This record gives sequence, C-alpha cells and structure tokens, in this order.
Amino acid sequence: MSLVTASHICVRFGAEEVLHDVSLSLAPGEIVTILGPNGSGKSTLLRALLGIVPVAEGSVTRAPGLRLAYVPQRLMIDRTMPITVRRFLSLPVRTTDTAAAEALARVGMAGREADQMTQLSGGQLQRVLLARALLGQPQVLMLDEPTQGLDQPGEAAFYRLIEEVRHDTGAAILMVSHDLHVVMAASDRVICLNGHICCEGTPRVVSTAPEYRALFGLGTQGALALYRHEHDHDHPADEPHPHHHHHDHHHA
Amino acid sequence: MLDDFLTRAALAATGLSLATGPLGSFVVWRRMAYFGDATAHAAILGVALALATDLPIGLGTLVVALAMAVTVAALSSRGWAMDTTLGVLAHSALAFGLVAVSFFPTVRTDLSAWLFGDILAVSRTDLAVIWGGALLVLALLAWRWQALLTATLSEDLAHAAGIRPDRERLVLVIALALVVALALKIVGALLIAAMLIIPAAAARALARTPEAMALGAVVIGMVAGLGGLGLSLWQDTPAGPSIIVVASGLFALTALRQRG
Repeated sequence: MSLVTASHICVRFGAEEVLHDVSLSLAPGEIVTILGPNGSGKSTLLRALLGIVPVAEGSVTRAPGLRLAYVPQRLMIDRTMPITVRRFLSLPVRTTDTAAAEALARVGMAGREADQMTQLSGGQLQRVLLARALLGQPQVLMLDEPTQGLDQPGEAAFYRLIEEVRHDTGAAILMVSHDLHVVMAASDRVICLNGHICCEGTPRVVSTAPEYRALFGLGTQGALALYRHEHDHDHPADEPHPHHHHHDHHHA
Repeated sequence: MLDDFLTRAALAATGLSLATGPLGSFVVWRRMAYFGDATAHAAILGVALALATDLPIGLGTLVVALAMAVTVAALSSRGWAMDTTLGVLAHSALAFGLVAVSFFPTVRTDLSAWLFGDILAVSRTDLAVIWGGALLVLALLAWRWQALLTATLSEDLAHAAGIRPDRERLVLVIALALVVALALKIVGALLIAAMLIIPAAAARALARTPEAMALGAVVIGMVAGLGGLGLSLWQDTPAGPSIIVVASGLFALTALRQRG
C-alpha cells in the first residue's frame, strides 16, 4: 500500500525544468530521504508532493483521507506578531491543552506553552514545528531540511526524535537533506536527486553508486569513510565528531 | 441622544475601531502599510467618479478602492517590485483623484473634508453604514480568522493544511476596501492607513497573542477616537488629524513602557 505516489512528474518554473520525470512512492512506516546538491529540486519535489507547486506533467496521488503533516525548512515569524507556543499549536486546527502539552513533552519542550515563538532558538523552533505536525496524528510526515541551522548535537538529537516518532506512531517520513552522514544514520531508503532521480536504494547501495559519487564528488567519500568508521566502533559520546563542509548550507 | 453631533461623532469613531483594530493588525503583520495607503488614496478618485456619475459617494469609493486593492494584490503575487509599484499607484491615484475632483466646483471648496475627514458632520445614515460595515468586516475576519493567521505565519504551512493563501489574501483585500470606504468620512483619505497601523502597532507592545493584539488595537483605536474628538473640541483642531495625534501619543506611551 502506498500513501503518496508521484508518477513521472515534471515541474517547470517558466521555461526552466526543475524536475524531470520523477517517480516515487511512500509506504507506511518507512523513512525516505531525498538527497541532492543545492538547486537539485529537492525542496521543489517536496512542495510538489504537498500540492504547493503545480506539476506540469505526471500526477501526484494520495491515499484517500490521508493525514499529512509538514515541517517547513524554516519559519520566519515577523516580530510584529505576538504569538505563544501554545497559540501556534492551535493553528489552523484548535487543539486541547492536554494534547498540546503531550506534543510538547514528546519533542522535549514540556512546559514551554507560554514562550513567545519569536524568542525560541533554531532548535527549539524546529521542535515546536514538529510538535505541531504531530498534533494532527499524521500518517505521513514531510520535513524540508529540518535541521538547518542546528549544531551537530542538536541535529543528532533531532533525528533521534524523528526515529522515535516513526517507532511510536508508525508514520511514514519523507525528508529533504543535503546532509550525508545524517542520511546514512536515519534512513531506510535514499533518493538521490539532481533534477531527475539519479539513483535510489538503501543508504549503503546509494553510497556506492557511481551516479552518487559523481554528484557529490570526492569530499563526500571522505565524509562517508569517516562516518563508517564512527559506526564500526563505539565512540564515547563526548568525542568531537568529524564534520564535512556543507557547500550548500545557504540553500535558497 | 443621536441628535447631538458629538455623540454621533463618538459613535462613528468607536464603530470604525471595531474593524480597524483586527484588520490593522493584519496590515502590520503582513507589512501591508503601503498597500493600505494606495487603497486609501484611490478613494479620492472614487469620490470624483461618484460625483461624475451621480452615484453615492460611499459606493464610488468602495468600487475604486476595491479595484485598486485587487490590482495591487494581483501585481504583488506576480512578483513586481512592490515598493516602487505601490509608490507609483498610491500617489498617482491621489493626484488623479485631486485633479478629477477639481472639475466639481462645489467639492473643490470642500476638498479638505475628503482628505482629512469630516467626522463632526456624520449623519444618522452615515452612522448606520459605518456600524453595519464595521460589523461586516469584523464578521468576515472572525469567520476566516484561523486560516488568515496560518496563511500570515507561513503560506507553506497554510498550503499543507489545505488552506489557499491567495484566497485568504483576497479576504483581507476586500475587508481593506470596505474599511477605506467607511473611514473616508471619519479620518479622510490621507490618514486612513494611520488609523489601521498606529493602534495595532501600539497594541503590539502589550500583547502576547494575536487575539490580544487585535483586541488591544480596537481599544486603543476607540480611546484615540474619543480623545481626538476631545482634543478637537478643546483646541478647535481638525477632528481627523486630532484622532491620529492621540493615537500616536498612545503608541509612544506603549513603546516607552516596553523599553522600560
């Protein structure tokens, strides 16, 4: 059974074709990551699946009555708008205090209902966005580079949280990332995108695919090697982690 | 009671605040201040057209303000350079309106009433229109409140929740045109945007939720309306600008309180 299916979709912005002949489907309970360099159409694919961006060709189908939640890349709340965490959780669907408290506790933000949204740190804001998404008891959760702007421990903690969510709720999770080591740790399946689907499969299969290596170049192989090394042995948690450079950290 | 012109003026000002409070909050949140200006300035053109066609002034204003608001909204969604576009549209609407109005000698002598309002001349009928219109705007905003707030926070979040951001924007545009038509008599074309923005901005400093800010803007707008009338009576100043003067004073007070 597939929850969301895209078949042969093309997306064009004016004359430019951003996505060409992309097909994918999402099954219950799996974590799929869309991986690709800057400008490869990752966010556009997610937005096409959500119906924010129209598809020029092909089609997107959802299971009937599908509950779908979305965590955007970032949320810029204008400083002129006063809004508490609690109030934000009730948009657009009003929720009870109990449900809001539970959702906040699940993402590690218990008791922060009265905080102003504009005063949260990047990591706290992502957690609140996730809590809001969970309130709808989604069958599919879509996240667009959810850890952008987080430091490494924050990032690792966030992906652990995503895995917990999948484990507890059985929701299918579709993420966009350019972050290789995270993908390797957290995904069941990786889709490597550069305008079209270059390759896809388990993280291990994709990481050895020539298309993937061509796309990410040599620097990546170094990071992957380091990654494997890390996971072959048990390192103490406080040891500094190797970190590769993000070429596209300021993804538009 | 309604026989007294001051009572009618006070009721007109409080009635208008019911609509400008919440709508003004959206204007502030969505950074539509210039948008409000363009729509309000177009009202003068509406006055001229109404006179030329013998239609009621209120209707002419509403139609032209609506046309302007829809045009601006359409241009902005196509990614025009909004600052410049709005500047051109706002000031040309005002200039065209002033030139067009000058062809009607009776109005020419009374131009300042359209530019700065004539709240002391509000009739019973005006009062009924102002309250009816304000309640209509309030009902429209209350009906779309959750969707409007979501779309204001993030169009993507709104989309994902099945809300159409462009439709919500249209709700605001229609509400804005209605308020412009209502407010013309009270504060005049030049100061309508001030009546939207200043009370909402003053309420921002005191509020923790969007609803509290909207409510605060209503209260501050009412206080400014009554205070402005008082000032006008006491110092024999023009009523419309006096209302805005008091509103700015309240804004300064809340801003200071936030700093302190």
